Amino acid sequence: MFRDETGRLTAALVRALGDFDLAEELVQEALLEAVEHWPKEGIPDKPGAWLLTTARRKAIDQFRRQARYREKLALLEGASMRDDTAEGDDRLRLIFTCCHPALSREAQVALTLRAVAGLTTIEIARAFITSEATIAQRIVRAKRKIVEARIPYRVPAERDMGERLEEVLAVLYLMFNEGYLATAGERASRRDLAEDAVWLAGLMVRLMPEEPEALGLLALMRLHLARADSRFDVEGNLVLLQDQDRSKWDRERIATALVVLQGAAALRRSGPYQLQAAIAACHAEARSWEATDWQQIVALYDVLLELMPSPIVQLNRAIAHRYLEGAASALPEVDALQEVLDDYYLFHATRAELLRDLGRVAESRAALARALELTANPAERTLLQRRLG
Amino acid sequence: MKYVLLFGETKERAKQWESMPEAQRQAAYAPINQWFEKYGNKITGGHELQPERTATTVKFNNGRPVVTDGPFIEGKESIGGYAEVTVADLDEAIEMAKGWPTGGLVEVRPVVDRGEPQR
Repeated sequence: MFRDETGRLTAALVRALGDFDLAEELVQEALLEAVEHWPKEGIPDKPGAWLLTTARRKAIDQFRRQARYREKLALLEGASMRDDTAEGDDRLRLIFTCCHPALSREAQVALTLRAVAGLTTIEIARAFITSEATIAQRIVRAKRKIVEARIPYRVPAERDMGERLEEVLAVLYLMFNEGYLATAGERASRRDLAEDAVWLAGLMVRLMPEEPEALGLLALMRLHLARADSRFDVEGNLVLLQDQDRSKWDRERIATALVVLQGAAALRRSGPYQLQAAIAACHAEARSWEATDWQQIVALYDVLLELMPSPIVQLNRAIAHRYLEGAASALPEVDALQEVLDDYYLFHATRAELLRDLGRVAESRAALARALELTANPAERTLLQRRLG
Repeated sequence: MKYVLLFGETKERAKQWESMPEAQRQAAYAPINQWFEKYGNKITGGHELQPERTATTVKFNNGRPVVTDGPFIEGKESIGGYAEVTVADLDEAIEMAKGWPTGGLVEVRPVVDRGEPQR
């Protein structure tokens, strides 16, 4: 939350102490104290000076004990379990505060990236192709709301946990998609938010190992990333799943994702992320497009629809249905979504494919043209234009 | 920490409420009364407000007061009442708002703290 001050403070301490590691540690300690005190007492007028004073005090404490310092360090390592738990609790508190539902989704994302993942404001701005001032303002507003409306700094109570965890995971998945769906050209100049999101999901899993949906989200992200390299050809054009070179898939990453997913399943509380990961796993495990287990995928979509009855999930189910039963039987399922998904380009792109399969060429071309109107993503536009011929 | 919960209704629902037969309205009040009872020790003030049609707004044109008919919030919703609550933090205030039984909206706003001793 206070990354702005962190860089300057770290630099000042590194200069004074000549020890980068120690300086970093002191800054972290000072930040943790700030996070404890500021929500209760308000942000001080000069937060940087406050942090510096606090960090200095910590340094002096450490130097006093210098004589037996190394000895104590060894002891600390032995007692690392307890320290990890305390540190873990602090980080969880931080995550849940950053992702509090009283903050806008945009603010949750920016705050989490800065306070938890340690990105600078500039890095966040670049990742979202927006100005540094916009992100900075978003963060300032969010911090102000945390203090003024007294958003508590704590891990939610048991009865709110389900809802609040869902909020955190939604923030991380949005972050992931922002990075993952960026086109190859954009990727070169953008920070890889997908990797940040995977790191954060991994952190959540470490801090809350008994939460199957956190595991599910981590597995889902890893399964997507395992295929990332084959999603674009050498010219940066989008390559669809059915045309991807499966030898380029990261088998090791897939294997670790499957282990994570099994760990989630063992906890016997199913959920949307686990189901989506299970669907992704079906694709990842199929040796070829033809070998895909569509029956299993349709069945998983049916369960997912019960938990998450969204039209997008319905559309995806219809697409899987097409490969199981054919275009003629999938088309009515797609057409039924016309009203809700009329502004969604993939709805029209999907319809175009089905109509083409059924030999209804003119209607297919009209649907493709409509899809093209609805997307600005250059990679997707190229793909659609190629189909239009 | 003090918050004010502003209870909003869509104008349509506010009208429905008004046109209810007395017996039905009494019945509809029961869950609301229960809510006030449940949180009685946290509620430090508040009122139900007369319908929006009773509202009068005073605004200032170049510093001159001008009295007009109607509320100053223009929109689909209107404020039907408010409660002042004293709780530990926003989560507790949100918890109360989530239990509000009318199906209307609840806006949660912290009041300005001038540093008076807290209850």
